[in-house]
Amino acid sequence: MKCADGFRSRDVTAPLVEEIGRSLERPVRIMEVCGTHTMAIFRHGIRSLLPEFITLLSGPGCPVCVTPTNHIDLFLAAADQESVTIATFGDLIRVPGSRGSLAAARARGARVEIVYSPMDALTLAQGEPQRTVLFPAIGFETTAPTIAATILAAEQMGIDNFVIIDAGKTMPRALDELLADPDLRVDGLLCPGHVSAIIGSEAYRPLADTHRLACAVAGFEPADILAGLLSLIRQVNEGSPGVANCYTRAVTAEGNLRARQLINQVFEPVDSQWRGLGIIPASGLRLREQYHRFDGARRLDLAVQPAQEPKGCRCGEILKGRMLPPDCPLYGTVCTPLQPIGPCMVSNEGTCAAYFRYGGGSREMKTGGLD
Amino acid sequence: MDTFISLDHGSGGLASQNLIGNLFLKYLTCPQLRDLEDCAVLGEYAGRIALSTDSYVVDPLFFPGGDIGSLAVHGTINDLAMRGALPLALSLALIIEEGFSLADLERIIASVARSSESAGVAIVTGDTKVVPRGKADGLFINTTGIGIASHRHDISGTKAQPGDAVLLSGTLADHGITIMGAQASIDIGGGIQSDTQPLHRLVGALLEEDTGRIHVLRDPTRGGLATTLCEIARASAVDIVIEEERLPIRPAVETACELIGLDPLYLANEGKCILVCDRDGAEEILQTMRRMPEGRDAALIGWVGEGRRGRVSLTTRIGGSRLLEPLTGQPLPRIC
Repeated sequence: MKCADGFRSRDVTAPLVEEIGRSLERPVRIMEVCGTHTMAIFRHGIRSLLPEFITLLSGPGCPVCVTPTNHIDLFLAAADQESVTIATFGDLIRVPGSRGSLAAARARGARVEIVYSPMDALTLAQGEPQRTVLFPAIGFETTAPTIAATILAAEQMGIDNFVIIDAGKTMPRALDELLADPDLRVDGLLCPGHVSAIIGSEAYRPLADTHRLACAVAGFEPADILAGLLSLIRQVNEGSPGVANCYTRAVTAEGNLRARQLINQVFEPVDSQWRGLGIIPASGLRLREQYHRFDGARRLDLAVQPAQEPKGCRCGEILKGRMLPPDCPLYGTVCTPLQPIGPCMVSNEGTCAAYFRYGGGSREMKTGGLD
Repeated sequence: MDTFISLDHGSGGLASQNLIGNLFLKYLTCPQLRDLEDCAVLGEYAGRIALSTDSYVVDPLFFPGGDIGSLAVHGTINDLAMRGALPLALSLALIIEEGFSLADLERIIASVARSSESAGVAIVTGDTKVVPRGKADGLFINTTGIGIASHRHDISGTKAQPGDAVLLSGTLADHGITIMGAQASIDIGGGIQSDTQPLHRLVGALLEEDTGRIHVLRDPTRGGLATTLCEIARASAVDIVIEEERLPIRPAVETACELIGLDPLYLANEGKCILVCDRDGAEEILQTMRRMPEGRDAALIGWVGEGRRGRVSLTTRIGGSRLLEPLTGQPLPRIC
């Protein structure tokens, strides 16, 4: 038996589902921040088990989805250079920028390779010293430590043809900004398990205090998610919101100190543009000055025009939890996983892709019984 | 002898003849092929003629459990078998990139020969072309198969009926995860390898006893189980309900899929079939499948419902429900 089996067994989940039903005293709105949560909720059919008075909103926790067009354009500009190989996470290659995607660039002859870790990109650079290997460093606190470790490894090994574009983001500041929006009316936050393993559950304490918001850190198995939801509902009922850690097998109060130290060693906070949310102060990660030689934008002299977000695309509203995918005029008609307009449709973990894949493609089917 | 394929090997001249004589005919020994005629003439057979073609471009060419050669033989045999046809013979056409290793080519032809011999379906005609370096990716193979479908059966993706049972002949996603792992240089472990194997004997055994209870046979190759079920549901205008806890998936495959961020329901299989049959006959058919090595892990995985909307849904382990859509685009690994 695998260790995950217990968290997927109906013997464990059915009592949780019942308890959620019994505990619910009024309609609640809960935002699941993380794209992996969004996917897991769909994949296990969790919505179909919950009372209809629980509304689940998907937040800005899909790294591909919050990467603005400007950054995609930078990756594309790098791909245009003859001597550059782009080594990227698979999710990113279909995201459209102002002029096509990395997949389209590859079809035109650019070198675009899919890697599973930044270390793979470094290995690629080592094997092809005559080319520059560029890794688009998107992602949250979960991917940042590995990227930092890769930069340090490149430095130690003296590998000079490996660069990144520092497009990383950090979570709590963005949530703070988002939750300041009075229209959102969120009662509770299902906090991302992976990110929390790095930053620790206490990182949400200021959010809980400032916004009087129930927070629960949860893992990604059905029992984890249901336990997180139950904790949030109880906190709402008791009128005493705080931070509950329902993922103690991976998350501690203070997080992974070594990983946090790695991030701090290589990166510093910078104002960062989030797709749909605009510029959020100190919510991005920029290479510190002593690592500027790994900065692809400098090394390759990349510059792009300010970009417009795609016309009609409502990814911004969806990322803010203000709109559900079927409410977007492009959803399922011009914007589909095969021909995505907005990033929420491209990434495996994007809210629109999750709705489309697990809910059925048509608008009419989607709107029934969603929340 | 040369060590690499050159353009001369595809010229039709002496180098071509040497390649055919010294390499291909060394392994492929069917009399029709040996005579090097322009086409093969087969014997007389009663029944309806079944014809199928498929091209193989798998990367890497060699992978745990098989290679492009065995895949090219099994894939086309299985396409014939999925209409209830008895495969008779195969063609083998190669497009080779200049500079391809002759030793690798020999390994692949030996594998083609081994697979065709053990399946009892001969390669009776062939063709070889060489294209300049950079115009192909090493080696592409096309095989075309011819077979005979008896009048007794009418197996088709359009024949699923409300109330039918849905069976699967074995574990899911072994081939897909092996190839994705090999492409990403990830060692999946757990002894996972491609499931490439011919299914015509399994199908033959099932049809021999069958009295019209088997309605649909399909091999869930590219797009995986989910996409193939969607095709059947749409073609037959029926709803299909699959139960997650009944799906046979090896633990190592499931773990690897979770690590890389892939859904085993959408990964390719190269030696499995979906079978839709009368509910009453399901148990007996399942027992027949399990008696054959190809069907050892066969399972009943779901039912055709009463609805007629062409939808496929999955009842999850925790009792939830979700729709299964066909695969769009390539399966991409997720970022975190």
